[in-house]
Amino acid sequence: MAAMRATSSFLSRRGLLARLSADPLLRADNARHFLPGAFRRFSTAPAAAADEEPIKPPVEVKYTQLLINGNFVDAASGKTFPTADPRTGEVIARVAEGDAEDIDRAVAAARKAFDEGPWPRMTAYERCRVLLRFADLMEQHSDEIAALESWDGGKPLEQTAHGEVPMATRCMRYYAGWADKIHGLVVPADGPHHVQVLHEPIGVAGQIVPWNFPLLMFAWKVGPALACGNAVVLKTAEQTPLSALYVASLLHEAGLPEGVLNVVPGFGPTAGAALSSHMGVDKLAFTGSTGTGKVILELSARSNLKPVTLELGGKSPFIVMDDADVDQAVELAHRALFFNQGQCCCAGSRTFVHERVYDEFVEKSKARAERRVVGDPFKKGVEQGPQIDGQQFKKILGYVKSGVDGGATLVTGGDRVGSRGFYIQPTVFADVQDEMKIAQEEIFGPIQSILKFRDVGEVVRRANATHYGLAAGVFTSNLDTANTVARALRVGSVWINCYDVFDAAIPFGGYKMSGIGREKGAYSLRNYLQTKAVVTPLKDPAWL
Amino acid sequence: MAAANGEKGFVVPELEIKYTKLFINGQFVDAVSGKTFETRDPRTGEVIATIAEGDKADVDLAVKAAREAFDNGPWPRMPGCARGRILHKFADLVDQHVEELAALDTVDAGKLFLMGKMMDIPGGASLLRYYAGAADKIHGETLKMSRPLQAYTLKEPVGVVGHIVPWNYPTTMFFFKVSPALAAGCTMVVKPAEQTPLSALFYAHLAKEAGIPDGVLNIVPGFGPTAGAAIASHMDIDKISFTGSTEVGRIVMQAAAMSNLKSVSLELGGKSPVIVFDDADVDMAVNLVNMATYTNKGEICVAGSRIYVQEGIYDAFVKKSVELAKKSVVGDPFNPNVHQGPQVDKDQYEKVLKYIDVGKREGATLLTGGKPCSEKGYYIEPTIFTDVKEDMSIAQEEIFGPVMALMKFKTVEEAIQKANNTRYGLAAGVVTKNIDTMNTVSRSVRAGVIWVNCYFAFDPDAPFGGYKMSGFGKDMGIDALDKYLHTKTVVTPLYNTPWL
Repeated sequence: MAAMRATSSFLSRRGLLARLSADPLLRADNARHFLPGAFRRFSTAPAAAADEEPIKPPVEVKYTQLLINGNFVDAASGKTFPTADPRTGEVIARVAEGDAEDIDRAVAAARKAFDEGPWPRMTAYERCRVLLRFADLMEQHSDEIAALESWDGGKPLEQTAHGEVPMATRCMRYYAGWADKIHGLVVPADGPHHVQVLHEPIGVAGQIVPWNFPLLMFAWKVGPALACGNAVVLKTAEQTPLSALYVASLLHEAGLPEGVLNVVPGFGPTAGAALSSHMGVDKLAFTGSTGTGKVILELSARSNLKPVTLELGGKSPFIVMDDADVDQAVELAHRALFFNQGQCCCAGSRTFVHERVYDEFVEKSKARAERRVVGDPFKKGVEQGPQIDGQQFKKILGYVKSGVDGGATLVTGGDRVGSRGFYIQPTVFADVQDEMKIAQEEIFGPIQSILKFRDVGEVVRRANATHYGLAAGVFTSNLDTANTVARALRVGSVWINCYDVFDAAIPFGGYKMSGIGREKGAYSLRNYLQTKAVVTPLKDPAWL
Repeated sequence: MAAANGEKGFVVPELEIKYTKLFINGQFVDAVSGKTFETRDPRTGEVIATIAEGDKADVDLAVKAAREAFDNGPWPRMPGCARGRILHKFADLVDQHVEELAALDTVDAGKLFLMGKMMDIPGGASLLRYYAGAADKIHGETLKMSRPLQAYTLKEPVGVVGHIVPWNYPTTMFFFKVSPALAAGCTMVVKPAEQTPLSALFYAHLAKEAGIPDGVLNIVPGFGPTAGAAIASHMDIDKISFTGSTEVGRIVMQAAAMSNLKSVSLELGGKSPVIVFDDADVDMAVNLVNMATYTNKGEICVAGSRIYVQEGIYDAFVKKSVELAKKSVVGDPFNPNVHQGPQVDKDQYEKVLKYIDVGKREGATLLTGGKPCSEKGYYIEPTIFTDVKEDMSIAQEEIFGPVMALMKFKTVEEAIQKANNTRYGLAAGVVTKNIDTMNTVSRSVRAGVIWVNCYFAFDPDAPFGGYKMSGFGKDMGIDALDKYLHTKTVVTPLYNTPWL
């Protein structure tokens, strides 16, 4: 039960924070006494935590090869690539590097599994049972999975163990429950015809997942695809191949037939491009940057016109009205941005605050950011680990410079933490203007930008003045404001007086250049189903 | 037919009856009155166990517990996915006790042990899993209003449900009713039939072990006129779901109307036609009709009890049907070679024999069967009548026994007209290779389920329930979940909305 509750709302007030703050060691007011180093302002006293000897992750890396047709195999080329520990930059393991030839092998296996294999031919109830067994196995191995996820991605262990692994498990159970409830309509015809709509699995799905939530994105994509009876070729991000390989082996242990799920770690321009342009792939789903999303859509268009769902970047507004509870808004705005080291597509990266509460909000946001515990993700109580890699790390620090140069007020942070790995101080900019780069581009790091506004009409206009349209937060106690703003924002998710609520049943996806299609919920089934109308004449029908 | 009763070489499992009391608020308790009743083994007519006999006072206690569990307890307040997890656990526990549960239904109802192990009990688990997976998929809708209004619907659990289940499928009917109601977040009082209380009480024990909170599921074995009537007329029960005879269904609905207008769903009797057309494969059709009529010794509401065969194949069909019926092995339901066990009790046994007598007296031709086939217990031979006329009792009334009534027809129109010539409308079978015939008949027969070239094709995802006096409201599928949900519409004005 506890895990269940955490799954549905681990980002909301009752979830992770409640658990953390229930621990007296971690409660902010007490923490100063117990953890003196951790809460000090980083710009004056770099946290020792990041420079301490990294904690040894409680897991071994078992799977480092491609998973094709139910077997772990080397890449055709024999090549491997290193996956690194973001705490140190050191190599965790070398992983087989999939390329076009491996994608061909994986698609061939998936094709065979779909065209001739048992998976789409068994009853939906049997598919449901396999996915339920998989969820049970994930639960039994949750410690290892969480540790791998934290090691490979630099994510706090408390977050992966209590949030992401239970959420991924929950997602698989959710779609297991859909498998035997996929209904088509029986359609009224204009004349004497009988019309049935059949929803058939679409075929072989190519899926490309990002590095910020490797396991969760695996569940969001693989869950509905398998529940509908498809076969899958999944390319993991080169930064984070480990958890997908591990859970894919569990899925086979749960009874998944060979070839139904193939996992090919590799790079975008090689393996990703091969998958996107493959003539034997019937559907492509991608989560990542808007730039790469464009390439994928184009490759699909140039090859076989496979339908594409894209879940891309964002520059999501978090709007705080003057009637909001400021303390609560500060806390939620903080987490909306800093969660997962700021590496969230839906990060609340433009914090719009009403002028009447602006000064108070900035002051409290600064204090909150300075209390944020940065350190080894395996250490208890740590809220923020390192950024994923050196490239992201440099990019983020470049944005900090751009913010300062552009005239925004650096309220706190702005530098790295420690001298090794990719830790960055929780950073807050105030007086940010709409045209600044930090207000326009996706930073994907722990950099909060606070902007001031006067009235609802203005903030809606400014919030919508972006190519992106992924998510938004609105903080207000006024019902009419909530309704107006919720409808006016051109975004796929509006969280009112909450943020980052990611239940399995809630659809998620973007407007505008934040993407195409929706994942999760009943909506994601559509991504993996074909629609077939079957029509036959009726002779002497009793009714029409 | 071969009577297998004297045959040895099969094992009747040792069976200990563990649960014989009412299950109220998570506890097994005696009836307030202290009374008990006997449940008997239809193989022998001997007493299996004495069971606490619930009546109005016990129903009041059970409703009070259910009311408290609904109004203040965790069940409707936990997320659907949490209820789903508990239902999955319940299903796993059912699977772990298949042998014992199947044996309980066999001694209590004379049902084939092998079928229980293969179908009834795993089927109960699969219903639980189906609704476990539905518990987190109860969607309201946001609405398209004609003015600047924001509106949506909420699907709320209906409250305390009364379920009255019959004796012919003690396990299946229990889960038809209990699974969707639990998934919806309702609490409930279940009255199993007085003939077959044993498995329901066992399920109460498993439900508790699975983590269903006390008071959510209460089981009150007892009789219709006392316990059943108390449920149907209770002011604190929000909904009643009944499966049984049309006559009792009428009483249940009246009681609901006279008390608090609780919503009612009824799954009642049937006189379901199976229509076999000339283009059918005769052997296949004979087998299908045999199964449709004799499954569960004819004690099934959807039994194919009026068999219409087109004239071109009629004679061949009759001949082969008689041959097949004669091959049927009647005997101890624990024997894996047996096709047909005893009728559930003496009353039913006598009622079926009476209908056979009426059939003969009304002028139908008895081709085979028609007699009891054992000294002890309630075994009846698979029976076939021909020359049955539309107005005969055996063509109009529900016999609920192994009695086939064969009739001849000429045209599609005639078949439809005859098939619809009944007050019932539960199910129908159609055997044809012709797509137009199939489509025409499927739409023309006024029944809740049409099985084409198959029969008893029940499925958790397929709604089931009757037309006409076979009742209303569906069991199974998402429709059954809707039975246990209220729709609430929430509306609020919109100001300055960018779109409508």
